[in-house]
Amino acid sequence: MTTIDKTAHVPAPRESVSGDGPLLDVRDLHVEFHTRDGVAKAVNGVNYTVSAGETLAVLGESGSGKSVTAQTIMGILDMPPGKITQGEILFRGQDMLKMSNEERRKIRGRKIAMIFQDALSSLNPVLSVGYQLGEMFRVHQGLSKKAARAKSIELMDQVKIPAAAARISDFPHQFSGGMRQRIMIAMALALEPDLIIADEPTTALDVTVQAQVMDLLAELQREYNMGLILITHDLGVVADVADKIAVMYAGRIVETAPVGELYSRPAHPYTKGLLDSIPRLDQKGQELYAIKGLPPNLTRIPAGCAFSPRCPKAQDICRTDVPPLAPVTEQDGLELVGRGSACHFWKETIHG
Amino acid sequence: MPDTTALKGTDAPATAVDAPPATDAGPAPGKPRSLWSDAWHDLRRNPLFLISMALILLLAVMSIFPGLFTSASPRDANLAEHYLQHPNWGHFFAPDWLGYDGQGRSIYARVVYGARASITVGVVVTIAVTITGLVIGMLAGYFGGWIDTILSRITDVFFGVPFIVGAMVILTSFEQRSVWVVILSMAFLGWTSIARVARGSVITIKQADYVVAARALGASTTRILTRHILPNAIAPVIVVATIALGGYIAAEATLSFLGIGLAEPTVSWGIDVSAAKDQLRNAPYVLVIPSVMVSITVLSFLMFGDAVRNALDPKMR
Repeated sequence: MTTIDKTAHVPAPRESVSGDGPLLDVRDLHVEFHTRDGVAKAVNGVNYTVSAGETLAVLGESGSGKSVTAQTIMGILDMPPGKITQGEILFRGQDMLKMSNEERRKIRGRKIAMIFQDALSSLNPVLSVGYQLGEMFRVHQGLSKKAARAKSIELMDQVKIPAAAARISDFPHQFSGGMRQRIMIAMALALEPDLIIADEPTTALDVTVQAQVMDLLAELQREYNMGLILITHDLGVVADVADKIAVMYAGRIVETAPVGELYSRPAHPYTKGLLDSIPRLDQKGQELYAIKGLPPNLTRIPAGCAFSPRCPKAQDICRTDVPPLAPVTEQDGLELVGRGSACHFWKETIHG
Repeated sequence: MPDTTALKGTDAPATAVDAPPATDAGPAPGKPRSLWSDAWHDLRRNPLFLISMALILLLAVMSIFPGLFTSASPRDANLAEHYLQHPNWGHFFAPDWLGYDGQGRSIYARVVYGARASITVGVVVTIAVTITGLVIGMLAGYFGGWIDTILSRITDVFFGVPFIVGAMVILTSFEQRSVWVVILSMAFLGWTSIARVARGSVITIKQADYVVAARALGASTTRILTRHILPNAIAPVIVVATIALGGYIAAEATLSFLGIGLAEPTVSWGIDVSAAKDQLRNAPYVLVIPSVMVSITVLSFLMFGDAVRNALDPKMR
């Protein structure tokens, strides 16, 4: 509640510098899983920031560490196999990794909420959606059953579920996929959190519904001036809604850029490969480009740049030295704000 | 279907695409269908369930209001007049209907009053065992790690004790054996199978996305356990519990027959069977009638459990 007021003076800050620093600041995060086959390094030094009203899209293949990063931020990582070896997750300047379980639980739902990929399995099948929505208000705000129900109906209206009042006592399986995802969104939105993490929110939906759900998310985000982290593997989904994009590969961010620039001028061969592998009508009849090879096994990440075995531009240096995330500039040395690329040959990739 | 009217009025291609499958989702719109309502739908049409339910209701009424069934007292003994008087099959529900036992007591009255002990022991032991087993199984399954190791080993130890032998050992150490002593000793030994089933069920459920989602939205451990895991994990536990109920009634009769369960003056079918074994040759009905009552009771609870299992287990449909 209070946090909304703080940033309310900027109605739709797309390029947000509101308040004091970013909402969420992930610094040099390392997460590994101890498995029978060795240590799988799922996240290897991820850095990103999200401000109020800003949408960050985290893009990557399955196994690139994007979901693990999100789970670590939420504090729902299964800790016996998983282990955070390094890094900080600052929420409003406070390191969440140093907080007690109880402090973290109070942040979940109230300050940071999460939307999951499969809304059917993410909703409890034996409880009505009204109960599950109302639970947020009853538990966190101590509202009465009646008040919680009224608020739940209001919320269902807000996520555009038709005849909300009539459907409130229905069970999750009685809703269609799109409607279920709306309910999931409503649950995440219930306590007006500052930040929402959406983990592939539209992957389980068909294409027509995908756009509606994305639009709804973007609209609500503007309305509440929330930060939004959108995790996806679908370049098409994020183009309209994201402000900036972070591309992940093998647990590392390989490129960051404002959304438009990434599509027009990628500065990393992996991003370029992803863009080239989107089917296009004007290339009908030609063979579709595919990045050759497979994502690396996380227990045996290749030395040097993890992408080097699959990279068409790879040189000797790529197999020995890990490229840092370097700022990307114009040919004349003019800095491109918010751009970075973890490639030894980013200059050649973007300019040549 | 109120949805259609709402659709026309409000904004939206956004809603229009989604809504039709939503309204058609359940075969019976408006009526919420959960696992439980589906199970109830099946059960209502299952003759096995209806018969067993009728018998159980009859036995329940009998144990609560035995006076409705007979005016005779089960403890009125008239050796001079009624010693081993044979049944008078035509006198329905009269004290001499099923004859008299070796103490000159009305067998019909004793059968009616004996229901209370059997049903009480069966139901209370089942409730106690279900609660204990659920708590232990849920803690072991949810927290895992060393908590699971300790609780599972304790469960194994109890599981290894043969039920009747264990109960004999405990019960013989009591001078006075009331119904509660019998119940406690049976519950003490019987919770293991429920704990195992609950643990397995919870381990499956705790990995469900909705449990992770609840955690991500800030639910506390207690709330996750009681609201999200328990309702989803309880079905197999209920199945095991209803089937076990019949077993506990049989076990009570067995222990009473062996002379270490309930004791006079408590009226119990097991005690009557035990007392009747001396006159088996000249008056078999004294033994057979309470035995048949035990069988009917156990059978109705087993049938009931079976019907519930079929209704709750989706794979059986």
